[in-house]
Amino acid sequence: MILRRPLLWLILLLAALFAWLPLHGNNVSLREDLILVALAIILTSNLNLMIGYTGYVNFGHIVFYGLGGYVGVYLMTVRGWHLVPSAVTAGFAVSLMALLFGLGILRLRGAYFALATIGVLVAVQSFVSNFEPWGRSTGMYVSFESYAPLGGPRHALWTTYFLIVAVMALSLILSLGIKASKFGLGLFAIREDEDAAIVLGVNATIYKAIIYSVSAFLPAVAGTLMFFKNGTIDPSIAFEFMLSLEGIVMLMLGGQGTVAGSALGGGLYERLRSYLLTSPRLSEFHLVIAGALLLLVIRLAPGGLIGWLYRLVPRSREVIE
Amino acid sequence: MTALLEVQGISKRFGGLLAVGDVSFNLMEGEILGLIGPNGAGKTTLFNLVNGVYKSDTGSIIFSSKNITRSSPDQVVHLGLARTHQIVRPLNGMSVLENVTVGACFGREYQSRRTARITALEVLERVGLASRANSPASSLTLAGKKRLEVARALAARPKLLLLDEVLAGLNPTEIAQMIDLVRSIRDSGVSVFMIEHVMQAIMNLSDRIVVLNLGRKIAEAPPREVVQNPDVIVAYLGSPDILDKLRGSA
Repeated sequence: MILRRPLLWLILLLAALFAWLPLHGNNVSLREDLILVALAIILTSNLNLMIGYTGYVNFGHIVFYGLGGYVGVYLMTVRGWHLVPSAVTAGFAVSLMALLFGLGILRLRGAYFALATIGVLVAVQSFVSNFEPWGRSTGMYVSFESYAPLGGPRHALWTTYFLIVAVMALSLILSLGIKASKFGLGLFAIREDEDAAIVLGVNATIYKAIIYSVSAFLPAVAGTLMFFKNGTIDPSIAFEFMLSLEGIVMLMLGGQGTVAGSALGGGLYERLRSYLLTSPRLSEFHLVIAGALLLLVIRLAPGGLIGWLYRLVPRSREVIE
Repeated sequence: MTALLEVQGISKRFGGLLAVGDVSFNLMEGEILGLIGPNGAGKTTLFNLVNGVYKSDTGSIIFSSKNITRSSPDQVVHLGLARTHQIVRPLNGMSVLENVTVGACFGREYQSRRTARITALEVLERVGLASRANSPASSLTLAGKKRLEVARALAARPKLLLLDEVLAGLNPTEIAQMIDLVRSIRDSGVSVFMIEHVMQAIMNLSDRIVVLNLGRKIAEAPPREVVQNPDVIVAYLGSPDILDKLRGSA
């Protein structure tokens, strides 16, 4: 039973804290900090479904977020939809696209799959940059009327924030649910030895395509929410390759394959990055730190922070999943 | 007795090499069928054809009245045909129990994770790995890993079990234990098709033996007859008059 797992309650507590802290005293600056942390956790935990659970490195994970943003913003500004149905539709549309891509590129393994995911990112970015209805390389602006149904911009930003926090909690609960399921067991078997898993009866082709598609859903929803909040979207922001790479750094730092690790890595790295980015002497230096961090983690603690905790306190495995 | 597995004229060619050529045989329900042959005879390739890792270039394979000639390995498992690997392939990052749970979850009965766990514990008890259930699979000895291979396959609740050299690399005590295990598996109603190089074991265990050489079937008979078959002796030891021939040509 998922209700008996301590981590579920920790996730709900985390979400409650995220919702309550900035609201208390109407702290907008804290809210803007936390929304980035929440986004980092959403991207990292969904990336974990591919890298940590299935053993397939996806370098182009950010494509789901960017496309989700485009579909959602398009539905709101051009079609005049409400925020929530736009975000959910974006999630389904991007998941469907991922399923089709997945059935194609998931026949590749190892480094070839990783290369193909970069190809997907570049191809989608070029397509969007030349797609007239989405404003080509200049992108789209969120029209002012879109804020009206949510009670004006001020109110809309708070609503968006709470929705992002909810998506963060859902991402972590999804990871937790998959981990204990039969589906999750099949994915772990694929990660360890795909051919052996097939001989044991796991339909690897279908499993991989489904998890690739599932890992696209919530990032796409988050994309709609974030770009609605930002008020503008263009191809260079939506499909930023560096952000894709940083997602991998966050996951490795926290501990791939674990739910808690994806949250911890996402949260810690995002705070560090924000500090470095806003510090005038160190701007852009964060990428150097990211690279060094990745090397250190892979060399010294391949299981990340959570893996390190498991080694120190083996019993923690039962609580921190 | 009815045939559980009917193999009819299957072949596999890799480039210019004929790994398996036009092989046919039947495996009866409740039988232990041995498969022997010199190195490179095509034994493991034949296994790979039967469980769908490779697709046969010719012929047909009927298992339990279903045509599985074009089935993939995961489909074959659901029908009740499980196998072990000659070179052990444990899922190293997972515990022994989880390894066997995978077998039960995705086996013939497609069990739920909860039921699969119970099945896995039973099977581990049976193969003598119960005390290692929570150890990482990578920590087992070779004998342990061979048992794990058998346990995973058994957890699928198969009707037919393909065992690929489960005795290779084991010491005499371990061999004796594994032989008892194979017998108990057959006694529980599972048919067995096994590749083996340990002659004493395969002669004792098998009801009948199929002999392959250079991809072709050269004999199919009870153990006693197989050892006296001149073709088999030539395949293993070479021609009896080879010494004379060599002397003559010198």
